[in-house]
Amino acid sequence: MEDKPITDQLVTSADWEPLIVAFFCNWCTYTAADLAGVSRMGYDHNVRVIRVMCSGRVDPQFVLDAFAHGADGVLIGGCHPGDCHYVEGNYKTLRRYHLLKRMLRDLGIEEGRLRLEWIAASEGEKVAKTINEMVEQVRALGPLRLTRRFKEWDAELASLEAEARSEEVATHA
Amino acid sequence: MPDKPKVAFYWCASCGGCEESIVDLAEDILEVAQAVDIVFWPVALDFKRKDVEAMPDGSILATMVNGSIRTSEQEEMAYLLRRKSQILIAYGSCAHMGGVPSLANQFSREQILRYVYEEAPTVVNEQKVRPQPRHQYDGTALTLPEFRGLARSLDQVVEVDYYLPGCPPTPKLLKQAVLTLLSGELPPKGTVLAPDVALCDQCPRKETKPTDLQINEFKRPHWTQIDPEKCFLAQGVVCMGPATRAGCEAQCIKGNMPCTGCFGPTSRVRDQGAKILSALASPISAREPEEIEKILGGIPDPVGTFYRYSLAKSLLRAKVTR
Repeated sequence: MEDKPITDQLVTSADWEPLIVAFFCNWCTYTAADLAGVSRMGYDHNVRVIRVMCSGRVDPQFVLDAFAHGADGVLIGGCHPGDCHYVEGNYKTLRRYHLLKRMLRDLGIEEGRLRLEWIAASEGEKVAKTINEMVEQVRALGPLRLTRRFKEWDAELASLEAEARSEEVATHA
Repeated sequence: MPDKPKVAFYWCASCGGCEESIVDLAEDILEVAQAVDIVFWPVALDFKRKDVEAMPDGSILATMVNGSIRTSEQEEMAYLLRRKSQILIAYGSCAHMGGVPSLANQFSREQILRYVYEEAPTVVNEQKVRPQPRHQYDGTALTLPEFRGLARSLDQVVEVDYYLPGCPPTPKLLKQAVLTLLSGELPPKGTVLAPDVALCDQCPRKETKPTDLQINEFKRPHWTQIDPEKCFLAQGVVCMGPATRAGCEAQCIKGNMPCTGCFGPTSRVRDQGAKILSALASPISAREPEEIEKILGGIPDPVGTFYRYSLAKSLLRAKVTR
């Protein structure tokens, strides 16, 4: 996992646009997103879709990493309960989602920034609707901009380094 | 006779347990002391900072720093020791990952100072006096280190060559590390000097871990009669073993207490808390949101439990709105 922010231009510009990272399962939600595409359904452009084989493949680390690299929201899409291609994957996702949501709340990340939605392969409209809803919700919450916050947090380190350098210069002068 | 290699020990925001673990080498410490010159070790030897400043850069073979970095003074010492040492080792959970002191990253600097100097039940401070970094007293300027906004791991402040994990590291790992350094056959930079497998792999209760683990309830260890032979997870007791590196020889497990994660994750894991979250939530038996929530109620403080030693090094590093 590289430390390069995915969204430098987005997080630093004044006209901020929400950025949503979406993990869609290959068998249902990603197929539905394809359907939305071929059916020419428009939806907000703020989403970056990442195809995974199963919503159960979404390691909670992926979610945290997306936030840490500048995402304002994370959307996970999987098959409806009972429909998982791998039988149990989406139930595991559901359980992790509940615990992750609680942990994120304790770490200061609002509930609306993480969403899990069951979207079957035939539900192209639901993809568009879910994305649009989430973009609105995240827009209302405002920017998370963790990449920028991390820089602000570490500004205090730079101050000491600068001070040490100036002292060194002073003693050698 | 050529000079013996020089080593140094230093402590930052830590409890002193790491220093204790060096003394726990017992008679082996004589072997270590024979092989090296200890040139700086404030807890045990009377060398001062100015002695370190007087040494040529890179003249110390290895320095082991324990504790997280919380104040400007600790930062200065980290910079200084980095400059003077060929090899810098983060010693113990706090230097490695922020440790317990970095759980304070859930609170702002103001919240911490207000509580400690004004609100704690044991404090009487009617004038609400707070320590100041600079103060004039009788014409003399007095200074104190700055208290930073975050607790950090050592490698969030300076470059670190190796890590000795644990709260504290075991004397056995320390001895191995010293012997490795002296042998000159150094592992790749950034190596954590402990086995790169999960604790479960070396757990004496491994055989009792069910392959189809199902968790119906999370029990708090202090409210539970724990079976001393059976896998903690199979008993519904939160154990960090699946997300934690081995090397401690399962000391807590042998004392009938679950792993709390002090060795940090293996090299394949970036965020220990997220990984144990996954390992604990996935095998919950329930399928309905309400039932899932009810079972998860048995883990009242996920951050404090999953990131007990590693909040500073977690992907989010801190509570983002403090």
